[in-house]
Amino acid sequence: MALLEISNLQISFGGLRAVDDFNLNIEKGELYGLIGPNGAGKTTVFNLLTGEYKPDEGIVKLDGRDITGKSTIEINKAGIARTFQNIRLFKQLSVIDNVKVGLHNQYQYSTATSILRLPKYFAVEKEMNDKAMALLKVFDLDQEAEYLSANLPYGKQRKLEIARALATNPKLLLLDEPAAGMNPNETEELMKTIKVLQKDFQMTILLIEHDMKLVSGICERLTVLNFGRILTQGDTKTVLKNPEVIKAYLGE
Amino acid sequence: MKSKIAAMSKTSRDNFKTYAMVLIVYVVVMIFQAAGLVSSQMSGLLVPLCVYATMAVSLNLVVGILGELSLGHAGFMCVGAFAGAFFSKITENSMGTFPRFFLAIVIGGLVAGIFGFLIGIPVLRLNGDYLAIVTLAFGEIIKNIMNVLYVGQDASGLHFSMTSATDLNMDGATGNLIINGPQGITGTPFDSTFTAGIIILMISLIVVLNLMNSRDGRAIMSIRDNHIAAESVGINITKYKMTAFTISAVIAGCAGSLYAHNLASLIATPARFGYNMSIMFLVFVVLGGIGSMRGSIIAATILTLLPEILRFMAGYRMLIYSIVLIVIMIVNWNPKSRAWLAEHNLSRFLFKKHHEKKEVK
Repeated sequence: MALLEISNLQISFGGLRAVDDFNLNIEKGELYGLIGPNGAGKTTVFNLLTGEYKPDEGIVKLDGRDITGKSTIEINKAGIARTFQNIRLFKQLSVIDNVKVGLHNQYQYSTATSILRLPKYFAVEKEMNDKAMALLKVFDLDQEAEYLSANLPYGKQRKLEIARALATNPKLLLLDEPAAGMNPNETEELMKTIKVLQKDFQMTILLIEHDMKLVSGICERLTVLNFGRILTQGDTKTVLKNPEVIKAYLGE
Repeated sequence: MKSKIAAMSKTSRDNFKTYAMVLIVYVVVMIFQAAGLVSSQMSGLLVPLCVYATMAVSLNLVVGILGELSLGHAGFMCVGAFAGAFFSKITENSMGTFPRFFLAIVIGGLVAGIFGFLIGIPVLRLNGDYLAIVTLAFGEIIKNIMNVLYVGQDASGLHFSMTSATDLNMDGATGNLIINGPQGITGTPFDSTFTAGIIILMISLIVVLNLMNSRDGRAIMSIRDNHIAAESVGINITKYKMTAFTISAVIAGCAGSLYAHNLASLIATPARFGYNMSIMFLVFVVLGGIGSMRGSIIAATILTLLPEILRFMAGYRMLIYSIVLIVIMIVNWNPKSRAWLAEHNLSRFLFKKHHEKKEVK
């Protein structure tokens, strides 16, 4: 059974079919790419998967559980975490606090505990701190833990967003254009990090990307979207050689 | 002691400085008072000063930490004031001063908290300007309801009316009018002292600062910074908005109850509980630095004492007050003046180090 099963997903905005008859199966541990020209509906698919939009039709199953139409919070708890195309960090919080917000639902203590500073507060905070530092280390951000996240350079902000998403302990990670705005060195480093996530964290990853070097370098399978419909899907090499895909990207 | 302070994290050190500042001011004022150096006019200002500083902390929780603009905070203070004073009136002869006053503060906070929770349900669905305007309306509604509320007590219990005192139908012999519509509550026992005020201010500060540096506090601040991202990592936005708003209302209610026990007659006048009061609290928060509790308290202190200090200028008093306000705002927040102050190494007197930007190479 696939980790993520999407069948016949559909949504319209007014008269526009933004996503139509979208089917996708992602196996556990897979690194899957979603590509397509601008406006093809890739981010809309992400928004449908994370509950930002409710689909008009179709079923989304995660690990066999139907999560169609659930709220963003429930979907996150069920095991889908995402990053955003335009970085959405908690800018006035420190780097480590951004990750701690991601850890929020895995560690519990009451409001009264925090106000009264009961022993449980210190115990749980220490655990959270250790866990957050361990995550930051994976992304090579541990030196900047106390910096305001807004002051990080661009590439590190992207990494921090991934770290924060990972902190929610997801089964499936959605990355929306992780390499956007990165220089070749940063992209290279990002590819390594994503590989680490797949190998060491056994993470299943679905990513949207325009950078073909990254896509062909790390994605095992691809789905190509055009005008809200699936153009083709299959393993990366075959898909990228498909003349229809080349036509969709480069025109006639 | 010194090594202990050095071992604390930067935030705890900063919080410690805020607590120390309040306590030092308290000790200095007490010494001055014992030496007879404080004029009666000034000592009359001490309790309101604590009330305003507490209100500034309360509002800063909503504006600075939650990131929503509330313009109705005087309304919560009003609820707390009436609830606390009402409790003190009905238990005046049956309880000792200390437990009665303590309970009056707690009840003021609880009732205001309930109002905060109930008002929060519709209001927190909105955001930005809309939320500000709706809170403004609620603040005014509360004040106006207090102006038409009549409550009396007789042998058979409590009587309520929204029309007039005679409609209470009280037993003439034992009847005792407690809240008399536009005349409010008179004869609340004078229980408030500067010490009580400082204790309430300190507790409010501890509550807010401890909340800020906790799991809940981070959730609240994450909503402020980016609610879409907060939701995407599983933060329950409604829950944490309500938490912050309710705690803020509780603190405002305690401040209100403290305020009421310092007044001969508690009347819900616009000057005391109207929107101009809410705006004044907002001025404290903005002037002191949004999100900075210490700044709010300093701003509340300066702006409460300033009109008194300027009293000798008679008619020009409020004019000078306004000019000072404008000048402080510009000096404090204009980028050019900030740069000039930083260049001349003066910025540490004005801003928290926390906000200084670090360059990452």
